[in-house]
Amino acid sequence: MDLDLSAPHSMGTTIIGVTYNGGVVLGADSRTSTGMYVANRASDKITELTDNVYVCRSGSAADTQVISDYVRYFLHQHTIQLGQPATVKVAANLVRLLSYQNKNMLQAGVIVGGWDKYEGGQIYSVPLGGTILRQPFSIGGSGSSYLYGFFDQAWKEDMTHEEAEQLVVKAASLAMARDGASGGVVRTVTINAEGVTRKFYGGDTLPLWHEELEPTNSLLDLLSSSVPEPMST
Amino acid sequence: MGRMTDLPTKGGFSFDLCTRNEMLLKNGVQMPPFRKTGTTIVGLVFQDGVVLGADTRATEGPIVADKNCEKIHFMAPNIYCCGAGTAADTEAVTDMVSSQLQLHRYATGRESRVVTALTLLKSHLFSYQGHVSAALVLGGFDVTGPHLHTVYPHGSTDTLPFATMGSGSLAAMSVFESKYREGLTREEGIELVAEAICAGIFNDLGSGSNVDVCVITKGKTEYLRNYQLPNPRTYISSKGYSFVKGQTEVLSTKITPIQPKVEAVEAGDAMEE
Repeated sequence: MDLDLSAPHSMGTTIIGVTYNGGVVLGADSRTSTGMYVANRASDKITELTDNVYVCRSGSAADTQVISDYVRYFLHQHTIQLGQPATVKVAANLVRLLSYQNKNMLQAGVIVGGWDKYEGGQIYSVPLGGTILRQPFSIGGSGSSYLYGFFDQAWKEDMTHEEAEQLVVKAASLAMARDGASGGVVRTVTINAEGVTRKFYGGDTLPLWHEELEPTNSLLDLLSSSVPEPMST
Repeated sequence: MGRMTDLPTKGGFSFDLCTRNEMLLKNGVQMPPFRKTGTTIVGLVFQDGVVLGADTRATEGPIVADKNCEKIHFMAPNIYCCGAGTAADTEAVTDMVSSQLQLHRYATGRESRVVTALTLLKSHLFSYQGHVSAALVLGGFDVTGPHLHTVYPHGSTDTLPFATMGSGSLAAMSVFESKYREGLTREEGIELVAEAICAGIFNDLGSGSNVDVCVITKGKTEYLRNYQLPNPRTYISSKGYSFVKGQTEVLSTKITPIQPKVEAVEAGDAMEE
């Protein structure tokens, strides 16, 4: 496998956004890859747009960072002009406008999630191409392929915050176990009427799945568990 | 982001040389390789600030073009930037942002912040869609504390406690991943950076020669040029070399005096006030 270090930075990624009774929980893995090399194993893919709206980014790291910066700037102006916090719908639509109008040049799949006083917790999916779709939950990134069936079975309306958080962490770790382009740690952001809470789940706190090994210092410890035979001439 | 602007009728980019280059390529003349800094560049955050490190080899294809080049570029008195990739690109982009930062300092009356440099770099690189081949490790200490960022040619950035870039980044990262911890002292930080650069120098063909280190702390920056010289020239003659007249055999001699051409030119009108 050739390490292509000049390949553009992409976030292989697993990103998730779910609504619960009172707000939203956004979750993501932390792997940024350049070709086959992990350029950043602890990146933060959940970016703030306003106090009450965050976005999960997947696709080209550069493209999504620039889109986030522009939308943060537009929303800041919009908030000043409006005189009150921007709604999640406006934030999502600003992302969608940039994504759709520059679809030929961008590779960005994002999930916008937040809380506002009109509609409560909302999740908007803005995949490649610039569609906007409001959903009770959304998954994205290369790791999401492994989660469609899981969510069909595990999702339910009106979860509590703890249930939603556990669901997001479990889903992210399942995807990270199967998708090479996702990995590292799980970060979650909860947004509700009270505000925003960030949580961090280190690799060793995540559950292990089918045939995954316990983290060890070296595989040599596992392989050479018996006393080796003495050398003889 | 992609805006369509009309090309001005006068000026603008002249594509004449592009046709010439195509003609040359067709006639079998190969384009000279870009001078790249093969490179190992690193940075880490320690308890009082940041330490940046770089090797000093610049390559042109398989040839070492410069054995002792400077890859740690000045951005501001409290911000330095290591550059990997095409040497011209890293040099130009860091110089450009350094000037912009200076103008910004005059306008604001304040010390430059690392995030300012970061935003200027990332917007420039993004607008060139990766064609400006500059991969940078940006570090500094400002009013908000120590900062370390990596900037990629396509314009994405990461904020990390330790970072490596360049062809030797894998070798250097292996050193950091095994030995880095939070709260390193200044001496430990410099040692670790030097060790990581040496890993790149000895295990990566695109990196070599010496180790440059730059330590940035609150109110003080130390640029330790050639902190380590692990590749001295072996077998240097201690007597030195002398070339005595008569050592080289003269085969033939031909002397052609240069005829000075003096032309008398009619004096024009004297200049008038």
